[in-house]
Amino acid sequence: MTRAATNNYLNPAELGLVGVLGAAFLACTLATARAIDPGFGFHAGLFAAASAAGIVALIERARRGLNQPVPAEIDGRPNYNLGVVKFGVAAAMFWGVAGFLVGVVIALQLWAPSLNLGLEWTSFGRLRPLHTSAVIFAFGGNVLIATSFYVVQKTCRVRLAGDLAPWFVMLGYNFFIVVAGTGYLLGITQSKEYAEPEWYADLWLTLVWVVYLLVFLATIWRRKEPHIFVANWFYLAFIVTIAMLHIVNNLAMPVSVFGSKSYPIFSGVQDALIQWWYGHNAVGFFLTAGFLAIMYYFIPKRAERPIYSYRLSIIHFWALIFMYIWAGPHHLHYTALPDWAQTLGMTFSIMLWMPSWGGMINGLMTLSGAWDKLRTDPVLRLMVVSLAFYGMSTFEGPMMSIKAVNSLSHYTDWTIGHVHSGALGWVAYISFGAIYCLVPWLWNRRELYSLKLVEWHFWISTLGIVLYISSMWVAGIMQGLMWRAYNALGFLEYSFVETVEAMQPYYLVRALGGVLFLIGALIMVYNLVMTVRGREAELALRPLGPALQPSLVPAE
Amino acid sequence: MSSANAIWKKHEFFEKHSIILLIGILIVVAIGGLIEIVPLFYLKSTVEKVEGMRPYTPLELAGRNIYIREGCYLCHSQMIRPMRDEIERYGHFSLAAESMYDHPFQWGSKRTGPDLARVGGKYSDEWHREHLKDPRSVVPTSIMPAYPWLTKPLDTHAVAADLKANQRIGVPYTDEMILKARSDLLTQADPDDAAMDEFQKRYPGALPRDAGPARKQPTELDALVAYLQVLGTMVDFKLYDAKKNLR
Repeated sequence: MTRAATNNYLNPAELGLVGVLGAAFLACTLATARAIDPGFGFHAGLFAAASAAGIVALIERARRGLNQPVPAEIDGRPNYNLGVVKFGVAAAMFWGVAGFLVGVVIALQLWAPSLNLGLEWTSFGRLRPLHTSAVIFAFGGNVLIATSFYVVQKTCRVRLAGDLAPWFVMLGYNFFIVVAGTGYLLGITQSKEYAEPEWYADLWLTLVWVVYLLVFLATIWRRKEPHIFVANWFYLAFIVTIAMLHIVNNLAMPVSVFGSKSYPIFSGVQDALIQWWYGHNAVGFFLTAGFLAIMYYFIPKRAERPIYSYRLSIIHFWALIFMYIWAGPHHLHYTALPDWAQTLGMTFSIMLWMPSWGGMINGLMTLSGAWDKLRTDPVLRLMVVSLAFYGMSTFEGPMMSIKAVNSLSHYTDWTIGHVHSGALGWVAYISFGAIYCLVPWLWNRRELYSLKLVEWHFWISTLGIVLYISSMWVAGIMQGLMWRAYNALGFLEYSFVETVEAMQPYYLVRALGGVLFLIGALIMVYNLVMTVRGREAELALRPLGPALQPSLVPAE
Repeated sequence: MSSANAIWKKHEFFEKHSIILLIGILIVVAIGGLIEIVPLFYLKSTVEKVEGMRPYTPLELAGRNIYIREGCYLCHSQMIRPMRDEIERYGHFSLAAESMYDHPFQWGSKRTGPDLARVGGKYSDEWHREHLKDPRSVVPTSIMPAYPWLTKPLDTHAVAADLKANQRIGVPYTDEMILKARSDLLTQADPDDAAMDEFQKRYPGALPRDAGPARKQPTELDALVAYLQVLGTMVDFKLYDAKKNLR
């Protein structure tokens, strides 16, 4: 085109960035040389390589003339930044499949311990954080960042703020995932559940997160709509609260600036409550508020109906974010945490049932007048079933937070089952629904490659979830009852290892459920790839216009 | 009706001002945490008054770091609840005081394996070594992974820095303990070491652990066993007054 006319030099901002990256490269190279443990040396090397890659990318971008200002509008319509969203969707699917696969592996390890392979990098204790981080932070996080960047642009009718900043957020976040995940395999962990990454990974994530908040806010500031759309309230609450939780829970004293090991500054009972204040609100704000934002945009859009109730959305938004924060102590019932804190946590956990169902009702009732679409649109069905799972697990959660119930369920696989009804049924399903919507929109395709394959995905993975959660209910409750069983002479009936043996069949059923869920995700990946390649499998089968839509016919 | 509408209309203020919305969110999400967490730092009843708690010895701390590295907390709790069956199975319910020097706490959330809060002294060092190297050699139906790589020599060069970092965040390690950290580590691994008395003065109640042929070059396994063997053994329950510590 007009390559000769473009200026192939770095602009001052890019020059500054190259300088910063150059300094980072030197510092990280030095840190590699001075590292006191090999894991830290490896990670410092990764940071150095990433800095170098950043410099190369910036220069290459300028050389190709791609660093020219992008018009915010073309022909009076916003020129949306969709490239970064596309990357996030692809990354989410990659990490999702990886995370589900590791989940299947560790599920099988509990059934057959020889699958730990006797190697440190593949033992359960290192793979389990890899699984949880891959599904929550890598899969879930990429879905959240990608959809938030999409939704905030569309609902503000303006291009995403920043030129390089959104890419810094997207790539920087995925780099954090790589550092965290490789760290677990090498034994670099704080051993704080869902907050395992060590101090330098935490610092890096803090930087990325602040830029994320700024990109999101700056886009809102430019909005062409007078009101901030409800989905963006939830995204904002998610971003801000996760920042607060992440920073406080990860305050730590590194042993050396050239080593991976650090000691969290809090200890014992205080550390426990801060950890579960963080841990439960990773559920509340990462896995709930963020995904409710997805629900508030994608369900109305796909159902082509307005949100059921504006007032309900206001009440349940403020009530949800207020109450969630208090619920952490229910992870510490009957522990050495003082009773008053446990009671407060239980009380708010039970109350939390109401705002949770407020969100479910608002989402479900949005289908008023469009229920027939559940028959014809498997994507909408995925999202509606996700709300059903959301409702179920937000009923189960408050129930398990009652101390009497918790005395049985705590420490058992019931908790694992509960988590997965929320994680697979709610978080993954609403994500799958959103991605099934997004891919045709982003790549300008009329529809998905195959809705039939979405049907297959839906039914196979639903069967997987049912196997998973029902086997864990049975196993968990049985485990809890066996631990407290007494024989006629007043002695404990079972030794601990007998309760372990009793779990074996259920662990196998659970693993099978996981395999089905993974198969479903692989079908999805195939469907999405074919969609991006512009294929359509069922051209002839698809209802093409309003004439084929079901309509009410008066009875004769 | 119109007054009700007027109230809903007021929410527009949040919907039109992102910074007001942001501040509103921050205030609302800060309240719960402040009310639940802050009192734990100043209510004196939060951590019970007990006799016997001391910081971990350098060898125990090194073992604890291996416990953390291998993610043992994912299957083993260290928190015995005050219920009849748990007390009979594991021992006295856990006190907050017992983890007061634990950075981070390792109470855990799952018992795929048994609770370890009071595993100290229940099995021999040799049993632990065999069990960690090959769990099914001593418990045939165990599903615990084998940890054969723990037989490599323990990296001891940074142990003083570990103590120092703990001292900085409030664990009562003395400067002398930090200075002697490495030699104390080696002393504890060798029951015949001449400095044993001096070591035990610094860490009252700490028991020598016999690293066998590897006395002067303890393995990661030796450190981990030293940690497991001290779990739940520090507090003297003969002197513990449960009534005074009701919370």
